[in-house]
Amino acid sequence: MLSPSIENRIKKGSWAVLRAVLLLGMGYVILYPILVKMSLALRGREDLYDKSIIWFPKHPTFEHFFYVAEKIQYWEALANTLTLSAMTAILQTASCALVGYAFARLPYPGRGWMFSLVILTLIVPPQTVMIPTYIHYRYFDIFGIFEFIGGQPLNLLDTKWPFILQSLTANGLKNGLYVYIFRQFFRSLPNELEEAAVVDGCGVFQTFWRVMLPNAIPALITVIIFSFVWQYNDTFYVSMYLTDTKVLSLQLSSLAEILRGNNPEPALTSVRVNAGIVLVLLPIIIFYLILQRHFVEGVERSGIVG
Amino acid sequence: MRLFRPAIKHKKALMGMLFTLPWLAGFIFLFAVPLFQSLLYSFHDLKLGERGLEMSYAGWGNFIHAFTVHASFPRVLTESVTGMLIQVPLIIFFSLFVATILNQKFIGRSAARVVFFLPVIVATGVIASMNSDFLSLALGNVMESGNQKYHMVTSEDLMFFLVDMGVHPGLIDYLADAVDRIYEVISSSSVQILIFLAALQSIPGALYEAAKIEGATGYESFWKITFPMVSPIILTNVIYTVIDSFLNSPMSALLQTTSFTLFQFGLGAAMAWVYFLVIALILLLFTFIISRRVFYYN
Repeated sequence: MLSPSIENRIKKGSWAVLRAVLLLGMGYVILYPILVKMSLALRGREDLYDKSIIWFPKHPTFEHFFYVAEKIQYWEALANTLTLSAMTAILQTASCALVGYAFARLPYPGRGWMFSLVILTLIVPPQTVMIPTYIHYRYFDIFGIFEFIGGQPLNLLDTKWPFILQSLTANGLKNGLYVYIFRQFFRSLPNELEEAAVVDGCGVFQTFWRVMLPNAIPALITVIIFSFVWQYNDTFYVSMYLTDTKVLSLQLSSLAEILRGNNPEPALTSVRVNAGIVLVLLPIIIFYLILQRHFVEGVERSGIVG
Repeated sequence: MRLFRPAIKHKKALMGMLFTLPWLAGFIFLFAVPLFQSLLYSFHDLKLGERGLEMSYAGWGNFIHAFTVHASFPRVLTESVTGMLIQVPLIIFFSLFVATILNQKFIGRSAARVVFFLPVIVATGVIASMNSDFLSLALGNVMESGNQKYHMVTSEDLMFFLVDMGVHPGLIDYLADAVDRIYEVISSSSVQILIFLAALQSIPGALYEAAKIEGATGYESFWKITFPMVSPIILTNVIYTVIDSFLNSPMSALLQTTSFTLFQFGLGAAMAWVYFLVIALILLLFTFIISRRVFYYN
C-alpha cells in the first residue's frame, strides 16, 4: 500500500513522461519534412543513390543552392517578395486597425450590420469573386471615367496596384480576421484610458493615435506577422495578379518543371527542388525565430479570444 | 458635463463612419460588386474580347454542365467537402489537447511552443504539394511515385488489429483516415492551438482552486471547467478551420485552371458559387449545432 503522497508523485511523474513522449512525437512530425528537405538539399552527387544515408550526407555540398538560386532568379524574387509582403503588411495593419477601432469604440447607426458584412467577406471563399476581380483589374476603370475622357481602361495586372488597393481598403487576404482581432482587442481596453484622453483634450483621432494604438502593440505585432507571412506564402493572389514579376512562391511552384526540362535525372531534380524549398523557407524561418517571442506573447494577449 | 455629452457622441459617430469609409469603399468595389458579377457570370457564357467581356445568356447551363458533363467537378467537390468535414473535428480535438498540454508548466515549454507554431509560418501548402517529389527519394526509392500522397504512418497494421478486436468498420475507417491525415492535421492546427491557448489562459484560476478544494481530479476539472469555458472558442475555431481550408483545397486548383487556363469564366463562376453555397450551408449547420451547446460564462 503506497502512501497518498507517493502515489501522487508517481501519477505526476508518469504524466510528465507521457507528455514529453507525445510532444516529442508531434514535434518530430512537424519538423520532419523541413529537416528531411535540408538534409536532402545538402547531398552531393555521389550520395544520390546511396541508401545507407539517412540524415547526414557523406559528401555535403552547397552546389544545389547556387544552381537553383540562379535558375529561379532567387535574389530578384526575394527582393520582390519582401517588398510586396512588407508593403501589404504595413498597409493592411494600418487599415484594419482603423476599421477595427471604429467597430470597437465609435458607435454609429448601422455599425452592427457593417461588422456582419466583415464576417461575410471572411466566409466567402476568395475563389468565388476571383473572376470578376481579375477582369476588374485587367480593365481597370472607375465609373467609366477613363473611357469617357477618351482613354483606354488601365491594365493593372502585373503591377503592385491590386495589392495596394486591396490592402489600403482592408479587403485583402484574410483581412476580415485582422479587423476581428483589432475589434476584440480595442474592446478589451479599459474605458478609463479613453476618458482620460478626452479630459486631456484629445480629439477622437488623437485618442486613437496617441493613446489607444500604443496600448495595442500585441495586436499590432500579431497582425503584422500574420499579414507578412501569409503574403509571403500566398500563391493564390500572386498567381492571379502577377504574370511576369518574379516572386518566390510562384518561382518555387514552377521550379520542378524548369528542372525537369533541363535535366531528366529524377533524383538530381528532386534534390534540387528540395534546395529550392529550403531557399524559400529560410528567410521566413529566420524571421520567425527572431520574432517568435513577440509572436506567441502577442497572440496570447491580442484578444482573439475577447 | 451633460451639455458636452451629445457633442462627443456625435463626433464619435462621425469619426466612426470616417474610419470605416475606406473599408466600405473596398467592400463595395472589391467585394460586393465582384460577388454580384460572379453570380451574373455563372448564368452567362463569357468570352474575353478586345474591349472587355462579351456575355451571352446561358440560363442554368453552366451549373448543369458542371454537375453532369464536367469530368472532375462533382468528385472534387465531394472530396473537398468530405475532407473538410473529416478534418474539422480532428483539428479541433487535437488543437484543444495540445493547447491544454502547452498551457501546463514544464521544462522546455517555450521551445515546444516555437515548434508547434512553426506551421503558421511555413507554407504547409507548398510543402504538401512537393511531398510526392522528395519522399520517394527519402525512402530510397528513386522511381517517380506519380501523384501518390505519402503517409508518414501506415495504418494497415492498426486496421487489422482493430478488425480483430471487432470494432465497427465505419469507425475503423475513420480512425485509419485520421492516422493517414496526421501530418495534415498537425500542420494545419497551429492557429487553432494558439487561439485555444489564449482562451485557456483567460480562465480564472480561482475556478480550479475551488474545484481542487472540493476534491475534483484533473480529469473532472477538465470536463467540468476547462471544456465549458473554452466552448465559445470552439465555434470560432471551427469557422477558422473551414475558412483556412479554402486556399489549399483541391477545389481551389480546379477553379483556377477552369478560369485561367481554360478561360471558361462562366463555368468557373458557377462552380465557385456552388462551392460557396455548400460551405455556407456547412457553416450554418456547425453554428446551429455548436451554439446550442455553448456555455457563456458572462
